[in-house]
Amino acid sequence: MRAKQEPHPESILVDEEEILTPEQLAAQWAAEAPEAAGPVANLVSSLVVLGLGLAGVLLSLQLGLGTPAEPKPGMWPFIVSLIVAVLSGVQAVIGRTGGTDGEKFSNNSWYAAIGFATLVGMVLLMPVIGFEIPSILLCFIWMRWLGGERWRSAAVYSVVIVAAFYGIFIAALGTTIPRLF
Amino acid sequence: MDFFQPVMDGFGVVLDPTNLLYCLFGVLIGMLIGVLPGLGPAATIAILLPLTYNVEPVTAIIMLAGIFYGAQYGGTITSVLLRIPGEASSVVTVFDGYVLAKQGKAGTALGIAAIGSFIGGTIAIVGLTFLAPVVAGFALDFGPPEYTALALLGILLVATISGGSKIKALIAAAIGLFLATIGRDVFTGAERFTFGNLSLADGIDFVPIAMGLFGVGEILYNLEERHRAASAPMAVANVWPSRKDLKQASGAIGRGSVLGFFLGILPGGGATISSLASYAVEKKRAKDPSRFGKGAIEGVAGPETANNAAATSSFIPLLTLGIPANATMAIIFGALLIQGVTPGPQLITEEPELFWGVVNSMYIGNILLLIMSIPLVGLFVKILRIRAAILAPITALITMLGAYTIRNSMFDVMLVVLFGALGYLMKKFGFEPGPLVLAFVLGSLLESSLRRSLLVLEGDPTGFLTRPISGTLLVVFVIVAVWPMIKTVVSKRKTANTLLSDTKVEEKV
Repeated sequence: MRAKQEPHPESILVDEEEILTPEQLAAQWAAEAPEAAGPVANLVSSLVVLGLGLAGVLLSLQLGLGTPAEPKPGMWPFIVSLIVAVLSGVQAVIGRTGGTDGEKFSNNSWYAAIGFATLVGMVLLMPVIGFEIPSILLCFIWMRWLGGERWRSAAVYSVVIVAAFYGIFIAALGTTIPRLF
Repeated sequence: MDFFQPVMDGFGVVLDPTNLLYCLFGVLIGMLIGVLPGLGPAATIAILLPLTYNVEPVTAIIMLAGIFYGAQYGGTITSVLLRIPGEASSVVTVFDGYVLAKQGKAGTALGIAAIGSFIGGTIAIVGLTFLAPVVAGFALDFGPPEYTALALLGILLVATISGGSKIKALIAAAIGLFLATIGRDVFTGAERFTFGNLSLADGIDFVPIAMGLFGVGEILYNLEERHRAASAPMAVANVWPSRKDLKQASGAIGRGSVLGFFLGILPGGGATISSLASYAVEKKRAKDPSRFGKGAIEGVAGPETANNAAATSSFIPLLTLGIPANATMAIIFGALLIQGVTPGPQLITEEPELFWGVVNSMYIGNILLLIMSIPLVGLFVKILRIRAAILAPITALITMLGAYTIRNSMFDVMLVVLFGALGYLMKKFGFEPGPLVLAFVLGSLLESSLRRSLLVLEGDPTGFLTRPISGTLLVVFVIVAVWPMIKTVVSKRKTANTLLSDTKVEEKV
């Protein structure tokens, strides 16, 4: 039985201001989007990649280039590194005025930095004390401080989630993930 | 008979209970993940790659394919209910889908999207069934020079067609090629860029790169991003579209199917471009284009059909040429290699069960998608209400523990985290991770093809141009590479001419 196609009574009262044309919506998204990275970020990222390209060029030369008919191990990495270096050099020049790509780091970027630090911490702690405690800590930090959960719910959910992972990876799948218990 | 027998045998493979179960699982997971804004199909497949290690190759690819096209539909749900595209291919669905939801017709929009996805996907599978053997037969004549040209063109197209800065996309692709050189040289055995580290001697594995860039990179980015905005999903009622809506959408569904199929085959094409193109076509064809953006059902039907058709047809270059058309296909390519299956023109003849099993699983998967999509809308709305604060650490733990199970190596887990940081930074600095992963996957094919070609051609690079197929592909390569520059020059000249004529008019006045 197909439900009769009638709009909800309340929904007939659509807020006209909320209906935006695709162009307006795209403009609204653009306005809400984070600020573009800007010229300094463009230059820094280009220079980092340029450094990688140049290092690749030097290391490839040490491996030897050979000839097109008889290339040595360094030939292909040399070509690729050269492309990296040239493109990033061009980008450093073109991107000096900024552009709209990329995003500026904001105060919220600390959330990503803390997230990364906790992941590194977990990788370092796992082989030493197993995955359980680092995982509980990671869940708790992410929920309480990065997610704004309450203390109690963050603690309870963290333990439940790690117990579930223990059940799946250790008990059911029998993997050799380093563990405490 | 020679053609139909393996096709029919493929149905036997899909109807195996295990494969059916994995197909169902893949579609369901894809839809669920597609619903969660932030994680797209590439990230989902990357994160779930470890699940495929202990199953048969055909089963693994059936599941991954299910995740891919399931996520195409899942992304629609947030576009309609939250005005947030679940992924890039659902961006245009927001325009009319959300307005329809505000008019109390969210169910209609979702229902039409499900029906369109089913029809578009099914038409694309029929196309795939008949076209794939033709392409594979043609590609049997390919030698190393042709593969060199094809891989180069594929990387260039993906880099230049993807959104954002073209030069940054090319830099990302070049870095991908560079990362692929790390490890032992396959021709001489010499170690390159390993710095004596034994773990790097065999090169960097594809999985930590994909899991890091797409999985952890997205997770870190979302940690920052979700503090910006949050909204509650709209209510869903009237899930079934009316006969009038179906009639109005039928043309858009037909056109979307054809458009999506052809755009999906092109390297760098795929679901996103197809949905955008379909929206543009529907708006142009409409008697009253001003309806678009105000709840036009064709604005949902066309793009949603096109993105599913494209998702399906993008398997053609992967399975027949061994060239992934987009980042998600690059990850599936990696998954096939891990399973010991090399995609390419030989696949249809050498592994017909796998080939036709995967192709035919899409028929079944699309039916499952249609059956599940409408009744499960309520569940998806509930999932949207789960707090991101709880989902984020779950996703991170799945990625970390999954990465460990690849080779029981903490080195791999560390690589995932480091590539996660790289993925995050790339996003912040405007570099697309897609071209990097694609170029990394194609890097070894490109190097070995190039070196073999030069051996055959005795070091004479002009030999690439004198062979008809590689020559044509390289000419296309040059056109694609030069076209943006020509376009810029033409548009600058046009602007200059307009300014000049405006100045002349002002002077006369």
